Amino acid sequence: MSKPDPQGYHAVRWQEPVIYELGAKGRRGFKVPEAEPRLKKAVGDVVGTIPGKMRRRAPPPLPELSEPEVVKHFVRLSQLTFGVDSGINAGVGTCTMKYSPRVNEALVRSPKLTELHPLQDEGSVQGVLELMYTLERMLCEIAGMDAFSLQPRGGAHAVFTNARIIDAYLKERGERKAKDEIVTIVLSHPCNGASPAAAGFKVRTVYPNMETGVPDIESFKQAVSKKTAGLMITDPYDTGVFDTNLQEYIKIVHEAGGLVAIDQANLNSVLGRLRIGDFGADMCQFNLHKSFSTPHASGGPGCSPIGVKDALAGYLPVPIIERDGGRYRFDFDRPKSIGKVAEFYGVVPNVVRAYCWLRSMGPEGLLETSAAATLNDNYLVKRLSGVRGVTLPWSRTFPVRLQEARFSLESLRRETGIGIEALNRRIVDYGVQRLFPGHEPWIVPEPFTPEPTESSSKEDLDRFAEIMRAACNEAYHNSGVFRDAPHNCSIHRVDMKAATDPKRWALTWRAYRRKLGDQSKGYGENPRRGSLGRKETGSSTPARRTRRRS
Amino acid sequence: MLRALGAKDVDSLFRASLGKYLFRGKLKLPPPVSELELRREVSTILEKNRSTEQVLSFLGAGCWQHVVPEVCNEINSRSEFLTAYTGDVYTDLGRFQALFEFQSLLGDLVAMDAVTYPSYDWATAAGDSVRMAVNATGRREVLVPRSASPDRVRVMQQYAGAGRIRFFGYDRRTGQADLHALEEMISDETAAVYIENPAYLGFVEKDAEKAGRIARDNGALFIVGVEPLSLGVLKPPGEYGADIVCGEGQPLGLKQYFGGALLGFVACRDDVKLLNATGARLITVTDTVKKGERGFTFALPERVMFAKREESATFTGTTAVLWAITAAVYLSLLGPAGLEELSRTIMEKSHYAARVLGEVPGIEAPVLDAPFFQEFAVNFGRKSVKEVHSALLRSGIQGGKDITHDFPQYGNSALYCVTEVHTADDIDRLADTLRRALR
Repeated sequence: MSKPDPQGYHAVRWQEPVIYELGAKGRRGFKVPEAEPRLKKAVGDVVGTIPGKMRRRAPPPLPELSEPEVVKHFVRLSQLTFGVDSGINAGVGTCTMKYSPRVNEALVRSPKLTELHPLQDEGSVQGVLELMYTLERMLCEIAGMDAFSLQPRGGAHAVFTNARIIDAYLKERGERKAKDEIVTIVLSHPCNGASPAAAGFKVRTVYPNMETGVPDIESFKQAVSKKTAGLMITDPYDTGVFDTNLQEYIKIVHEAGGLVAIDQANLNSVLGRLRIGDFGADMCQFNLHKSFSTPHASGGPGCSPIGVKDALAGYLPVPIIERDGGRYRFDFDRPKSIGKVAEFYGVVPNVVRAYCWLRSMGPEGLLETSAAATLNDNYLVKRLSGVRGVTLPWSRTFPVRLQEARFSLESLRRETGIGIEALNRRIVDYGVQRLFPGHEPWIVPEPFTPEPTESSSKEDLDRFAEIMRAACNEAYHNSGVFRDAPHNCSIHRVDMKAATDPKRWALTWRAYRRKLGDQSKGYGENPRRGSLGRKETGSSTPARRTRRRS
Repeated sequence: MLRALGAKDVDSLFRASLGKYLFRGKLKLPPPVSELELRREVSTILEKNRSTEQVLSFLGAGCWQHVVPEVCNEINSRSEFLTAYTGDVYTDLGRFQALFEFQSLLGDLVAMDAVTYPSYDWATAAGDSVRMAVNATGRREVLVPRSASPDRVRVMQQYAGAGRIRFFGYDRRTGQADLHALEEMISDETAAVYIENPAYLGFVEKDAEKAGRIARDNGALFIVGVEPLSLGVLKPPGEYGADIVCGEGQPLGLKQYFGGALLGFVACRDDVKLLNATGARLITVTDTVKKGERGFTFALPERVMFAKREESATFTGTTAVLWAITAAVYLSLLGPAGLEELSRTIMEKSHYAARVLGEVPGIEAPVLDAPFFQEFAVNFGRKSVKEVHSALLRSGIQGGKDITHDFPQYGNSALYCVTEVHTADDIDRLADTLRRALR
C-alpha cells in the first residue's frame, strides 16, 4: 500500500457555471409531442378559456439549452459528487454507506414497474403487490413483528408515523391528555426528538452517565412517569454502543403505560442477530436505504417501513395489503388507522430493490452481512485507537462496538488547535469522503463517527486509518495547512457568512441576481466572477455557531 | 483481522456486545438466489403487471403520466448522484449545485425567491407549509376548501401539529372556492388559507388572487398548492399574493413508479420569519476564499433537527434529492418555450377529450363549469363508475379515478386526466368504447 499523500489526489475541478449562465436564447432540449391539426382545429384557442387575471403573462425566465448542453452540465455536476461508488466512505457513520448491487438497479428500471399508475385496477398490478406483500412478511420475520407498513418515505418520517400511532392508541384509550411525553435518549438519532415533537408530544431527553456511556437506570426512571406516552430510541446508539439495559427500559415504560418504538436505522450490524420484537418493543422501523442496500440517492428517496405488534396493527396507515388466496388487494377500510402520512403506498422502487437484496442474501447472507460489518467496525476501531490525538470514549466499558464508533478529537484540538471542523476540511484532500462528526448536542467533544459497513475491504480500512494518522500528524507538524483547507477539492474553503445573513443568502438564482445587483459591478458581463458583496453587512439573526453538519 | 482484535471468532464480538439479546434462531427466509435466478424470479412476478404502456390510461389524481426525456433517466442513474448521501460541499459540490439549481428553477416557475430542500410529496409539502404558517404566525387554524385532495388533507392533518384544519365550501357547479364562506370563517385565529390551483378536480380557481387578499387582510398567510406543468399557462402563485407555494414535482421528469417516485416542493417569500419557521434545509450560494469562485452552503443551519432535535420546527432528513436533481434536468431541457408549448398542448388534448366525451350519450363532461388544465370530472349518469370502468378494462382502457366515494355530490363520476402522451386517436378510442359501454 502506498503511503497516503495529499499531493497524490485531486478532485475534478470544472468551475462549472450555474445553469442559468449556459445556453443561449432560442435553444431547446425537448420536443413536445404536439397535438394533431384536426385536434387543434376542433378545440381552438384553449388557453383563452383561462381568464386573463389567471393567465401567465410572460414565460418563466428558465435557461435555454440544447440537449447535449444539459447532459454535459449534469454529467459534470455528477463528477463533482463523491458517492459510495467513488471511493472510501468509511468515515460516514450513522449513514450505512454500503454498496447497492447493480442487478437491482436493472430490475427496478423495468417498464412493468416504472409505468404503473398507483390507482390502476388491482387486477393489473398483482405483480407489484406480491413484491410489496412478500417484503412485508420478510421484514416481519427479521424484526420479530406481526405487521409492517411500507408507507413512510424516510427514517424521520417513520419515527413520526410511529409517534402518530402512539397518539392514536392513547386517544382511543382516553389517555392521550394525561400522557403527553415521549422519552428519548440523547444518544439516539435526533429525529427521535424532532419527530415526536412534530407529532404533538413533549419530549424528555435522558442523558448518559459520562463515566459509563449509557444512562443510569435511576436517571431513566426519573424521566418516566404517568405522563409517559412512549419511549423512542435507537439501540445500538449512534456511539456504536449497544445498551444492554434496553429490556429494563422497555419494562419501566410499559409499567408506566407507555409504548416502545425502537428506531432501527442502526440495524445493519445486527441483521439476523437481534430481533427487537422478541424483547418487548411494540414498534420499530427499518431504513431500506441503509441496511437493505437501496442507494442513498444523494439524500433520498429513502424508504422506511414500520413494524408493529398485532395489538397495534389496526393503527397502521392505510392502505394495508391483504392476501386472499392467491390474490392481493388493498384494504382501506381500517377504522382505527391513523390515516395517511404520505400519498399512495411508499417508495416502490426501493421496496423492490430491498426485496431483491433479501432474495440474493437469504438468511445466511444476512448473518454474513452483520458479521462483516461488525468485524470491519471493530477492526477500524483498533486501527484508529493508536492514532495520536484520537480517543474512543468508554472504550473500557464498551470495547466492542456495533455499526459505528464515536471517537473524539478533543486531545488533538487541545494539543494542536485542530478540531473536527478543520480536520474534516483537510481529510478530503486525501481523496476520501468527509467524516460524519456526531449529532448535536455533542456528548462526545469534537466527535467523529466512522462506519465501514460490510462493503469496505481490509485494504480500504487500512488506507483510511493511515489517512487519519497522516492528517492528525499534520495537525502536530504542519497545522498551517488546515487554515484554508481543502486544497485538492473541487472548490476552496467557503465563506459561511452568507449562511446567516439575509442580505447575502440567496436560495434561488432570481434572489441572487436581485441581491447581487447593486453590489457587484461586474454582474451581467461575467457573472461567474460575481461576488456576494464583500462589504460587511449587519446580520438580522443572532450570530451563532455555523458549524457544518450532516 | 480477528488476530488484530485478539478475537477467536466474530461470534465472540456479538456475545460481548449483545449478550442475552443475541438471536440464536434461524430466520425463516427463503434461501438465497443467484443473479440469474433473481432476474428470472422478479421478471416473472413483474410480468403479472399490466403497465400503462399496455393499457391506455386516463389516471392522474396526484401521479401523472407524462413524457420522461431519456436524459432524466440517464442523469438520475449516474452512479455518483445515485449513491452519494451526506458529504459536504468540498466532496459533493455537484450535489449542492444541482440542488441550488433545483431551487432556482422551481423559484422561477412559481415566482418565489426562496425554495427549500425537497419534501417527500405534495401532501407532506403541504403539511410542512402548514407547520411553517402556524409557527410563523403563532395562530392555529388553517382554512381549506372542501374541494382539496382528500388524501392530501389527511396528511396535512397529521402534520398540522398545534394547528387544525377547518373546511370552507365551494360552488357545486363551478368548483370555485366559496370566498364569502371564507370571509365569514376567517378570524385572528387563522394562520393560513390553503387552496389548490389547479384544484384536485382539475379546474382553475379564477379568484385565487382574491382568496389571497382575504388572507392578507386578516393577517393570515396564503398557501397555494400547484401542479407545476400548469404554470406554463397559469399565472404563478408568486404573482397573485402567495406567501408559500407547495406542490408535486413528479410531472417534472419522473416516472409513475406505482406512486413511488414523488417529489414535494415548498417555496416561500425570502423572509427571515418564514424561513425560521421551517426546519427544512436551505442551500445558498456563497463565495469561497478564492476570489471569483462560487460555493454553496446551508443557510440558517441552526434551525434543522440535526442541530435542535425536538426544538426544530419540523423533522427533516432523507427526502427526495435524486428526484429534485431530475426535476432540475427536466426544466433545463424544456426551457421557457418548451414549458409554454407543453402546457398548451396538454390543454388542447384535455379539452378535446372533454368535448368528445361530452358528446357521448349518457355522459356529462366536463362536470364542472370552469376553466381546467389536464383533469376534469366525467359523470356516467345512472351507471356506476365501477361498471363502466370494467367495460373499459375489457377493451384495454384504464378509466380515471373513481370519485364517487370522495365527492358523492357528483354522483357516478370519475376524474379523467389527459396529457401530452395521448393522441387524438387514443381519445377517440376512449369515446367510442364508452359509447358502446353506455349503450
